[in-house]
Amino acid sequence: MKTVPKETPKDVAKALEPVIKRYREKKGNTISLLSDIQTTFGYIPEDAVDHVSRVLNLPSAEIYGVASFYAMFRFKPEGKYVVRLCRGTACHVQGSWLIGEQLQRHFGIPEGGTTEDNMFSLHYVACLGCCSLAPVMMVNGTVHGRLSPELAVEVLESYRSKA
Amino acid sequence: MDKITVKVGMASCGIAAGSRPVLKELQKTLAGRSEVEIKEVGCLGLCFHEPLVEVDQNGKRTVYGEVTPEIAARIVSEHIDGGKILEDRAILSDETDACENRMVERQVRVVLRNSGLIDPTRIEEYIARQGYEALKKALSSMTPEQVIEEILASGLRGRGGAGFPTGLKWKFARASRGDEKYVVCNADEGDPGAFMDRSVLEGDPHSIIEGMAVCGYAIGSTHGVIYCRAEYPLAIKNLSIALDQAREKNLLGKNIMGMGFEFDIYIKEGAGAFVCGEETALMASIEGRRGMPRPRPPFPANRGVYGKPTNINNVETFANIAWIILNGGKAFAAYGTEKSKGSKVFALAGKISKGGLVEVPMGMPIRDVIFDVGGGIPNGKKFKAVQLGGPSGGCLPESMLDTPVDYESINATGAIMGSGGMVVMDEDTCIVDVAKFFLTFVQNESCGKCPFCRIGTKRMLEILERICSGKGKPEDIGLLEDMAYKVKDGSLCGLGQTAPNPVLTTIKYFRDEYEAHINDKRCPAKVCTALIHYTIDPEKCIGCTKCARQCPVNAISGEIKKLHVIDQDACVRCGQCIKVCPVKAISVE
Ligand SMILES: Cc1cc2nc3c(=O)[nH]c(=O)nc-3n(C[C@H](O)[C@H](O)[C@H](O)COP(=O)(O)O)c2cc1C
Ligand code: FES
Repeated sequence: MKTVPKETPKDVAKALEPVIKRYREKKGNTISLLSDIQTTFGYIPEDAVDHVSRVLNLPSAEIYGVASFYAMFRFKPEGKYVVRLCRGTACHVQGSWLIGEQLQRHFGIPEGGTTEDNMFSLHYVACLGCCSLAPVMMVNGTVHGRLSPELAVEVLESYRSKA
Repeated sequence: MDKITVKVGMASCGIAAGSRPVLKELQKTLAGRSEVEIKEVGCLGLCFHEPLVEVDQNGKRTVYGEVTPEIAARIVSEHIDGGKILEDRAILSDETDACENRMVERQVRVVLRNSGLIDPTRIEEYIARQGYEALKKALSSMTPEQVIEEILASGLRGRGGAGFPTGLKWKFARASRGDEKYVVCNADEGDPGAFMDRSVLEGDPHSIIEGMAVCGYAIGSTHGVIYCRAEYPLAIKNLSIALDQAREKNLLGKNIMGMGFEFDIYIKEGAGAFVCGEETALMASIEGRRGMPRPRPPFPANRGVYGKPTNINNVETFANIAWIILNGGKAFAAYGTEKSKGSKVFALAGKISKGGLVEVPMGMPIRDVIFDVGGGIPNGKKFKAVQLGGPSGGCLPESMLDTPVDYESINATGAIMGSGGMVVMDEDTCIVDVAKFFLTFVQNESCGKCPFCRIGTKRMLEILERICSGKGKPEDIGLLEDMAYKVKDGSLCGLGQTAPNPVLTTIKYFRDEYEAHINDKRCPAKVCTALIHYTIDPEKCIGCTKCARQCPVNAISGEIKKLHVIDQDACVRCGQCIKVCPVKAISVE
């Protein structure tokens, strides 16, 4: 078992100051606390959970309990572009699994993984609400529709060359 | 001079199809033209034609589909300046006989009355179309009881899936005692393949706010919460803008319209969990906890958010309210069947020609929705099934297509109406694979509280995986059915109770396909990768090397101008070689 260190790294504590202030002022809830942490760091670092757990006197088990329940929270840093490939029904019927396989092959990462250069993270999600343009994927908030495996790779490579 | 409005569809679907460059082009070419106004509007429902541009000239509308920046430039020069409609590009028109005129004729517009017509970020446009008049009418001339009576008279039933009478729900919430009550709008829309709520949230947010405020007045509540899934960023943005504007105009807040009624709404973002669409899980999530369902009773009307009496309705349910208050419950009840009144929005997707949103009167046969309104199956393929009600629903075959869309008739088939997603499948879709798909989904989304739901769905999934990989046993079908009923009986919430429906309906209507997989080790739709292989016809192959270059795993070998062969062990059955072969030499067995 890992023991909780008494000291939080200074930069983490500093970055969390506004989050803790907000949480103290407005009796918020754990979900918004977690999304604030995720907005601050891009993911939920262990140090940050330990720190807020100590400062706010919340059991870290409770924080992890909520964090692990919801698909939105991540415990690892993400790539520059987060790719959310829709694996909803309409997209499935239109062959989205073939796109998933192609992206995994092309970037050499599994679902949930991040490329070595930290450019892309690949996630599967269920329905982005653009089913009539199936199959679709979302890249950092922008939806791309009417994809094929080749087109999906092309779209992502154009993001890479823009970066 | 003519007043011309040019509307560009800027809902998620429009943007995904490329409406941003179209908008830019129009803004550029029309810059400085005071007689032309450019508007960004929501989803018109004709998603398959996106990007859409509408030209409204003195109230005469023409909608253009598949617009590119070049076509946008032509619309300006030929239609706006030249006064001539681009006939080849018009899909809807008051003036000519355009291709989608009929699709629209068979629909009614209650929920979608404003969607795609107004700029959702401008409250003035909502108000100009009788917006907030229903709230005013309720506050100034109706008692809360009269409001509830009107909703009861309309026969409106909840559009979130279960179809519980809305008026009755409000009555219970009103009767429930409490110093503080909550009105919650369920905007979690977790059913994959459904996007009715998204379109209303993005394209007409005020209709939801107004419906919630009327509900607040009726049940005696001052707090509203909209629980919106995080996958809908544009919906959240437009809702926030709408809430601010409503507050500014004193349509929310204290002493609304000077009539002594107080009501306000805040947005709560979901964090990605399908089960949070279930009402008790949703309330737990609003409170910031793990979204685990709990037994009912107590019902939300008695003990809801933070233990207070709560009324939860779906987005579409709320979007009907203002219309009913203004036009009367009777006018609403004039549409539909005896037990299912009004209209219902369906999201058509999958293998269908005209994928998008349609709003039809209850009672229309499914066949008409798919083939007449939805344009049928594209590419000359044959219809196989339609999936209704998402992961809780079922797949219906051709023989059930004359079922009218109303709650009771659809329930009788083994599927459910659900929230209104219709995913159409053609002969290239493998039904067993679809059943496996849904079980994978519910297996992932099960919150884990009930062992039958958590483990039972897992065991069922394993059996389906076995069948799809050619290792199915003859007794597997019976085993699946047996487990399906146990999972249904042993689960606390709707997720587990309905999770086996996709399996049960596919066994009921497509047993032969299961048997082909199990007994003949054959996938009739040629989808299950373990049961198919690709071969190159030596007679036809011309040795062009295209397939070998395309193959992502280098499974094809052969020299130029010589026969190519596929290494079956390396082949991943992605189908890309078939697409590039110029002489159709590759086939699937
Ligand atoms: C697993 C599960 C998921 C659900 N998801 C949704 C949803 O995404 N949206 C929704 O409005 N209702 C959903 N419901 C139904 C709600 O529990 C509830 O019945 C509904 O919000 C009530 O509103 P209505 O009476 O207006 O239909 C779901 C139910 C279950 C069991
Ligand atoms: S199923 Fe993919 S966007 Fe809805």
